Amino acid sequence: MGKTLFDKIWDAHVVQKVEDGPTQLYIDRLYAHEVTSPQAFDTLRDKGIKVFRPEHVIAMPDHNTPSDQQETIHDPIGRNQVETLARNCAEFGIKHFCMGSKDNGIIHVVGPEKALSLPGMTIVCGDSHTSTHGAVGAIAMGIGTSEVAQVLASECILQSKPKTMRINIEGTLQPGVVAKDVALYIMAQMTTAGATGYAVEYAGSTIRNMSMEGRLTLSNLSIEMGSRAGLIAPDETTFAYLKGREYAPKGEDWDKAVAAWSQLKSDDDAVFDKEVTFRAEDIKPRITYGTNPGAGIAIDECIPTLDGMNESEQKQFLSQLEYMQFQPGQKLEGLPIDYCFLGACTNGRIEDFRAFASIVKGKKKNPNVVAWLVPGSWLVRQQIIDEGIDKVLEEAGFELRLPSCSACLAMNPDKVPAGKLSISTSNRNFVGRQGPGARTILASPLVVAASAITGVVTDPRKL
Amino acid sequence: MAHQKFNIIKSTCIPIQIDNCNTDLIIPARYLASTSRDPKFFGDAFMHDLRYNAKGEPVDEFVLNQPSFCEAPHEGCHEIIVGGQNWGSGSSREHAAWAISGYGVRVVISSSFADIHRNNLLNCFVLPVIVSEAFQQELFASIAKDSNTMVTVDLPAQTVTNESTGHSEKFDINGYKKYCLMNGYDDIDYLLSQTDKIEAFENK
Repeated sequence: MGKTLFDKIWDAHVVQKVEDGPTQLYIDRLYAHEVTSPQAFDTLRDKGIKVFRPEHVIAMPDHNTPSDQQETIHDPIGRNQVETLARNCAEFGIKHFCMGSKDNGIIHVVGPEKALSLPGMTIVCGDSHTSTHGAVGAIAMGIGTSEVAQVLASECILQSKPKTMRINIEGTLQPGVVAKDVALYIMAQMTTAGATGYAVEYAGSTIRNMSMEGRLTLSNLSIEMGSRAGLIAPDETTFAYLKGREYAPKGEDWDKAVAAWSQLKSDDDAVFDKEVTFRAEDIKPRITYGTNPGAGIAIDECIPTLDGMNESEQKQFLSQLEYMQFQPGQKLEGLPIDYCFLGACTNGRIEDFRAFASIVKGKKKNPNVVAWLVPGSWLVRQQIIDEGIDKVLEEAGFELRLPSCSACLAMNPDKVPAGKLSISTSNRNFVGRQGPGARTILASPLVVAASAITGVVTDPRKL
Repeated sequence: MAHQKFNIIKSTCIPIQIDNCNTDLIIPARYLASTSRDPKFFGDAFMHDLRYNAKGEPVDEFVLNQPSFCEAPHEGCHEIIVGGQNWGSGSSREHAAWAISGYGVRVVISSSFADIHRNNLLNCFVLPVIVSEAFQQELFASIAKDSNTMVTVDLPAQTVTNESTGHSEKFDINGYKKYCLMNGYDDIDYLLSQTDKIEAFENK
C-alpha cells in the first residue's frame, strides 16, 4: 500500500516509537514567539541545560507588537514579555528577529517568505496557527509551552500519530471567491471539531491552481476544524515561491532539494482514514455569524433558523447569536459595521493587500468605519510600497500600519471596543477575541474591503 | 515544577456545559502577557470573562459563582470538571491548562477534546478523560439533580464511575503516559534520557 504525504514526512522523522506510548518525533524547525516561550526557557534554566540545537530555532515577537509605532510598547507587561524573549535568545544563542527590524513580522508570514519553512520539514511553534507552514509541504503543528521546552531541550516531541484525511477541492473558483472563502466553506461543512485527531492534506484541481499565498491561508485555518496539521504537496507553485528567498537552498543545493521535494506527494494507492470532496463552484464569498469559525454562511444567505435543531443545539446556537446581537434567520448583508481589519497570519500577505486594493481603488473609505490595514511582515510592507499599493490605499482614505498580529487577538493596543461589530480577515470570531465584548465577522480581504467602502457588510461582487 | 502524583480521585464536579469551549474562554488573551509561572495568577484568570462582568463583579448565573459550585477545589471537592464536547478548541495556549490546574482541578471529563489542549493538560498533570456522549450527558443530569454527585476516576484501572448511578466506563490512555502521571514524571526528563538515540538519528 502506498504512503500519504503526511506518512512520508512523519516516518522520516521518527526517532523511536516509545513502548506502549507516543512517537518520539525529530523536529527540524522550532519557531518561538514572546507569549508561549518564557516559561519554556525558565524550564531549561531550572534544569541547568542548554538549547540542544539552537540553529534550528528562530524567534520573533509578534503578538504584543503595536501596529502604530514600534519605538516602544507602552504596556509594561507586554513590553516585559518582548524584552524577555530578546534576553532569552541572547542567553541561549538563538536567532532573534527583534521588533521593528526588517526581518520581523508574524511568525507564520515570516517563516514561509524567508524560506525558513521548507518542504519535508517538521515544524512546531507554541501557536495553533503553525498549521500555516504545512502549505509548503511540511508537517507543521501547534504545541504547548511544555512541548516548546521539550523541543528546546531535545529537538524532539512526543506525539501520537494522527489519522489522515484528504480534503479534495475540484473545479474553478468563481470571481470574487478566494482561499479564505474556501477555508470558511470547508469549516462550515466540517464543523469546528470535524478534523480533530486528523492531519489534513488539501488536494484537487482548485488547490493545484491556487497561489502560494492562498494555500498558506487555507493551511492556516486547518486548526479551526481541529486538525493537527494542514499539508499541501509541494509543486511548481511552491518551488517558484521559495526559489531565491533568503534561506532557500542555493545553486546545486537548490536543484537537489527540488528533486527530493518532488517526491513529496501522496502515492496514487495511498489510503486515507477519511476522504471528502467539495466542488469549487459551490463556494460563494463567506461570512461568519456566530462565535466559532464554523458558524458561517454565504454572504447572500440568512443566518439559520431553529428548525431541525434539538434543544441543546438551540441553546448553544442562541447563546452565540445573543453575544453577536443577531437573530435567527437574519440577513447580515447590508448590516452596518464599525471596524475593518485586514491582516493576521491568515490574510496579512501581499496577495491579500493586492486584493483589498483592487476593491478600494478609486473609492473612499466609509467615514463611520475604523480600518486597520496591517501587513504580516516588514517584507510584505516593503512589497506593498514597492508596488505602489500604499498610494492606492492612501487615496482611498486608508492608512498602512506596521507589521503585527494587531487586532487578531487583543494582546496589543489594536482592540475592538465592547459591543462594536468588526469585519475581519483574521482567523477567530471567539467571544472576546478582538477585545472583551467585541463582535467579529470573519471574511475574505475582498469582503472586508467592500464593507470598508460601504460601511455595511457587502458582497464584493455587487460593489 | 514538582508534580502531584496521580492515582484515584473521588470528588464532586463542576459542570461546564459549553460545547466548543475554546481556550480563549478558558483564559482570555490579556492574561497571556505574563511571564509568570504562579499557579494562583492563572487560577484566578480561569474562565475570567464568564465569571466576572466588565466591572469585575461576579456573574451570579455562571456555574463557578453558584453556591453549589463556588467552593474552591480541594480533596474530594470540585477536583473534576465535566465539560462540553470539543473541550479546549482553538489557541494552543498552555495557559489554559495552567488556569485549570491553578484553579485546583485535576481531571477534565468530556466526550471530546481538542488535540493540542489535551496534550497540554497531560503535560500539566491534569487528566483528560474521554467518555461517551451518553455517559457525559448522564453526568450532567446527575449533577443537575444533586450537586454533590461524586465521581471516581481510577487511573490505574482506567475507569470513571458516576457514583450516583453506579455507571462506569473505561477510558483510554497509553501506558507510557499513565506511568508518567502515576509517578510524577515529565516528558522532558524522558527526552533528555534519550540523547544517544537523538544523536544517532541525526547522524543517520
